[in-house]
Amino acid sequence: MEEKKKTIFLVDDDSDYLFQLKHHITKFGFDVVTADSQKEAEKMLETFKPHLAIFDLMMENDDSGFILSYKMRQRYPEVPIIIATAVASETGISFDLQSESERRWIKADLYLEKGIRPDQLQREINKLLKL
Amino acid sequence: MEKLTVLVVDDEPGIRSGVHRILRNFTVDYPFMDEMIGFNLELAETGEEAVEFIKKNNTDIVLLDNKLPGIQGNDVLEFINEQSLDTYVIMITSHASLEVAIRATKNGAYDFVPKPFTPTELKAAMENITRHIFLKRMTAKLNKEGKQIRFQFLSIMSHELKTPINAIEGYLKMMQNRELGNKLEDYDEVISRLKRRTESMRNLIMDMLDFTQIESGKKQRDLSETDLEQVARSAIDVMKPYAIQKDVEVKLQVSGQVKVNADPDELEIILNNLISNAIKYNTKGGKVECSIRESKGFATIMVTDTGIGMNKKDQARLFNEFVRIKNEKTKNISGSGLGLSIVKKLVDMYNGDINVCSKPDQGSSFTVTLPVNSNRQPE
Repeated sequence: MEEKKKTIFLVDDDSDYLFQLKHHITKFGFDVVTADSQKEAEKMLETFKPHLAIFDLMMENDDSGFILSYKMRQRYPEVPIIIATAVASETGISFDLQSESERRWIKADLYLEKGIRPDQLQREINKLLKL
Repeated sequence: MEKLTVLVVDDEPGIRSGVHRILRNFTVDYPFMDEMIGFNLELAETGEEAVEFIKKNNTDIVLLDNKLPGIQGNDVLEFINEQSLDTYVIMITSHASLEVAIRATKNGAYDFVPKPFTPTELKAAMENITRHIFLKRMTAKLNKEGKQIRFQFLSIMSHELKTPINAIEGYLKMMQNRELGNKLEDYDEVISRLKRRTESMRNLIMDMLDFTQIESGKKQRDLSETDLEQVARSAIDVMKPYAIQKDVEVKLQVSGQVKVNADPDELEIILNNLISNAIKYNTKGGKVECSIRESKGFATIMVTDTGIGMNKKDQARLFNEFVRIKNEKTKNISGSGLGLSIVKKLVDMYNGDINVCSKPDQGSSFTVTLPVNSNRQPE
């Protein structure tokens, strides 16, 4: 018997990024639910629990991704979170979730550069879902 | 009053107290300086004492006797150079031999005062070095600020340009890998998305060009008596198809003939941006009114819309570079985030003024005031 597909929650305000990511992740064999703003995502999370979430960092607020991570952790502490952004390479701002204190502060499990190759992304998702 | 710290190094007590008396109430001014510069005087008997003082205190000027009991003046000078301190040295020497002068110059002494000197000679040397320090520090400060701003602008700009390129590249890879099928029709949606993204990137680049040209002051300017109504009409004509597509009605109201001494291209950029924003951030069936009038030597352009408006917090940052108000109502509207900062820069150049008045869901009103006969700020 095939197991029921796991659901990935994708939140990004760039509709092209959302379109492409949705395509790839669907191809990996997951169900994909999307939202295109922090506000919409917050609303959806009130009634829906994904198996994993990928949040863009900068949406209507510069730290939307962090806010979403924080709220999601409160509601569903066990769901893995990936924060995806293009910020790091241009600005030199980098987040590394190696130390325990950083993990406590940034409520995400992984921090990914946008533009990551689909196969790398698949590997990271599988690792977090322990597949 | 700004004060420079001056260290007087001489083993003769008479010279130390003499210099102290001459400079204690002496100030230097300069046409460019906002305020006069005075001096905090510190005294040292030996070179060793001087080095100790310089190590611990910010010292702007050292009045340095070359012949000292222990280490020589030239040794102190060498120490200052090794530490690459922002400290300037005037050598005082009774034996103004050519040899000492050459060595000190090599080591970077700024000036010489031969002993014995008159108060006037000492004051002249101090005046000279103080102005030099002032100009040098001012230049350094300006360079630093300029570079800082440039760097920030470039890093945001590269981010703004990289984002659409990433999206475009993503689609191309999908096509290359035949992700959606083997027929061209399978890619219709991808292609129209690609077109939309390149179009918005083109707009971004055009805005950036306007912006950097204004910023660097390199654009050729051509000031002439320009009829604002004509400029507004042509801006509205250009936007007409867009207005029809968005179902927004644009009206122009002009009281009398309003002429401004300005570059028509720059006025066009101002009006194009204001009117296209008023259409862009409007609602279906909405209205835009552009009114132009003149009173007491000032032309007023007011562009009012019945669109989505914005709150006070967003209004405050609206004219900054790369600011886009992101919310539910604006998420499907594309823009570079540069338009209004360009308008603001231009208006500033004419010594004009721009204001916004807005209420969420009711609309916004932008008012630009320009002096009819502006003598533009020198570049």
